Amino acid sequence: MKDAFGLPQSLLVLGGTSEIALATARRLVARRTRTVWLAGRPSSALEQSAADLRAQGADVRTVAFDALAPESHETVLGKVFAEGDIDMVLLAFGVLGDQAHDEREPLDAVRVAQTNYTGAVSAGLVSARALQAQGHGSLVVLSSVAGERARRSNFIYGSSKAGLDAFAQGLGDALHGTGVHVMVVRPGFVRTKMTAGLPEAPLATTPEEVATAVELGLRRRSETVWVPGVLRWVMSALRHVPREAFRRLPL
Amino acid sequence: MSAETVSVTGWGRTAPTAARLIRPRTYEEAVAAVRGCGARGGIPRGLGRAYGDAAQNAGGAVLDMTALDRVHVIDAGSGIVLCDAGVSLHRLMRVLLPLGWFVPVTPGTRHVTVGGAIGADIHGKNHHVSGSFSRHLLSFELLTADGEIRTVSRGTPLFDATTGGLGLTGVILTATVQLQPVQTSLMSVDTERARDLDDLMARLTATDDHYRYSVAWIDLLARGAATGRAVLTRGEHAPLDALGTRARRDPLAFRPAQLPAPPAVLPEGLLNRRTVGWFNELWYRKAPRARTGQLQKLSTFFHPLDGVPHWNRVYGRGGFVQYQFVVPYGREDTLRRIVRRLSERRCPSFLAVLKRFGDADPGWLSFPQPGWTLALDIPAGLTGLGALLDELDEEIVEAGGRVYLAKDSRLRPELLAAMYPRLDDFRALRAELDPRGAFVSDLSRRLDL
Repeated sequence: MKDAFGLPQSLLVLGGTSEIALATARRLVARRTRTVWLAGRPSSALEQSAADLRAQGADVRTVAFDALAPESHETVLGKVFAEGDIDMVLLAFGVLGDQAHDEREPLDAVRVAQTNYTGAVSAGLVSARALQAQGHGSLVVLSSVAGERARRSNFIYGSSKAGLDAFAQGLGDALHGTGVHVMVVRPGFVRTKMTAGLPEAPLATTPEEVATAVELGLRRRSETVWVPGVLRWVMSALRHVPREAFRRLPL
Repeated sequence: MSAETVSVTGWGRTAPTAARLIRPRTYEEAVAAVRGCGARGGIPRGLGRAYGDAAQNAGGAVLDMTALDRVHVIDAGSGIVLCDAGVSLHRLMRVLLPLGWFVPVTPGTRHVTVGGAIGADIHGKNHHVSGSFSRHLLSFELLTADGEIRTVSRGTPLFDATTGGLGLTGVILTATVQLQPVQTSLMSVDTERARDLDDLMARLTATDDHYRYSVAWIDLLARGAATGRAVLTRGEHAPLDALGTRARRDPLAFRPAQLPAPPAVLPEGLLNRRTVGWFNELWYRKAPRARTGQLQKLSTFFHPLDGVPHWNRVYGRGGFVQYQFVVPYGREDTLRRIVRRLSERRCPSFLAVLKRFGDADPGWLSFPQPGWTLALDIPAGLTGLGALLDELDEEIVEAGGRVYLAKDSRLRPELLAAMYPRLDDFRALRAELDPRGAFVSDLSRRLDL
């Protein structure tokens, strides 16, 4: 069960090698979390993540999960929920893609969309149903500021996150009053392996800062969390910049 | 029997979870509810005054027992009442005071049910003399997981598991309680101020035994030399001859005053260091340095907060945490350290309460034990509160103390066995009596009771 501060005792991470997810898991394990499920494609990186959290004292198990195989989500996640209540699901999988390459290779672009959006729709709905049956829990969805307004430089990724973000908001409203809390997290540029080598955007942040914001959001039962918080105001301004001008912004 | 899915919290309004709320109106309906509570079990609930998650059950059933509210028998000669568990102490006071009887133990609110009083094994300002509620409980009827109704009497394991058992052994249907005789409905109250914590402890230790009721309010925002400054209020039921001629015409009148409730939605942070600091300063200054024999209404003396319905709303949407612990006599060092840490940390806590407990009662998970108990409210949104309370827990365990489960919403489960040595007995009895887990609460899930 979560406690008065919204801290979970059990955590399921979808996308078990995500750096943001692991930073969040480390933070939560240091507080109340004792049971962690890391779901992801079987790999040495996944096992290494599990080992790191085990070293912190958590009871960690890995489970084979592929965002691109939505037909398997029901079975895979069903098994996890059957083992006991999950207080928090962290939906963290996602790929950045390569905008220039993906524009030339539509099938690769579709892969980005399928991972980030349709995979999340399936995993999100399966998790939501299980959480609703247990009458409590938080579904934390890692979205991105990139989904707030599509930019020339990464609109394939951005559009997939826009879909995910809208889906998660709607899901949150659908689950209002069921004891399940859906929180959409919109980080800006996060310094991780995924963004290594890319030019850093202003207001760049770190996985640890995202983790801190997630913990605070859980305590406040927030529905939307921006990291850093000032992005909320920056993006609401950018949203209203005319297309003609927005197109020319160096973003 | 109505059932609807609702979001449920405790009085502290933290950690809401959804449950089917079932309101049995007869014992048969209660039996049917327990038999049909499903895979996620059920938990009885009274008036929802437990601060934490003791009367919530995510995804399962919550049995609202307040429709079972009949007072069956009053023996006005010997002062014994037999009533349903859903009867509130407020109702009992209204019924019993005109007959010259008062409830044996009352907490800081009279809006609790008899069932809740047993499940939390509540204590009041008279604990140092009268013990907890279970000491005055002669017997009760318990609806257990198998759907049977058992009469449970004192001295049995089931009695000791149920008193303080947080509703996890079954649903209490009726209770037989020994009452306290009174001549009037007024209290004769002595008030004095203590300038710091040591002064307070010295005063309480020296003269508590002269009073049936005793409590001290501490200003946790006072620092430096004034750390732990307090107002002591101690009293007795006023005898008839203490009343003036007018009051003597209706010496057992019970007319508690009530103010309007605060609005349902209030801004966050209304209670902050500044506002609480002002309040505490005012409260301390307005208290007389020393006054004896002041006549007060029962409700003023025992239940000042009941004058404001839904007072828990003033903490805003984020809710609050109530933290109550006890440390044994001889470990005043721990108490001093904790009070110092709380005041250095500037916790905006108004009306923190310090009291001396008397002998413990045998309930396995009953909270009171001989020692000093401190209770305080803190807004849940206070930065770093979780970590601070975790550290205080460690000190309390080290000193041989414990925290009160009926108020808890955040304890680390690992510390429970050290705080409650009879925990294994409790778990074993539950495993035998309720193998399929018919009785479950968010608290029992969180702490693995």
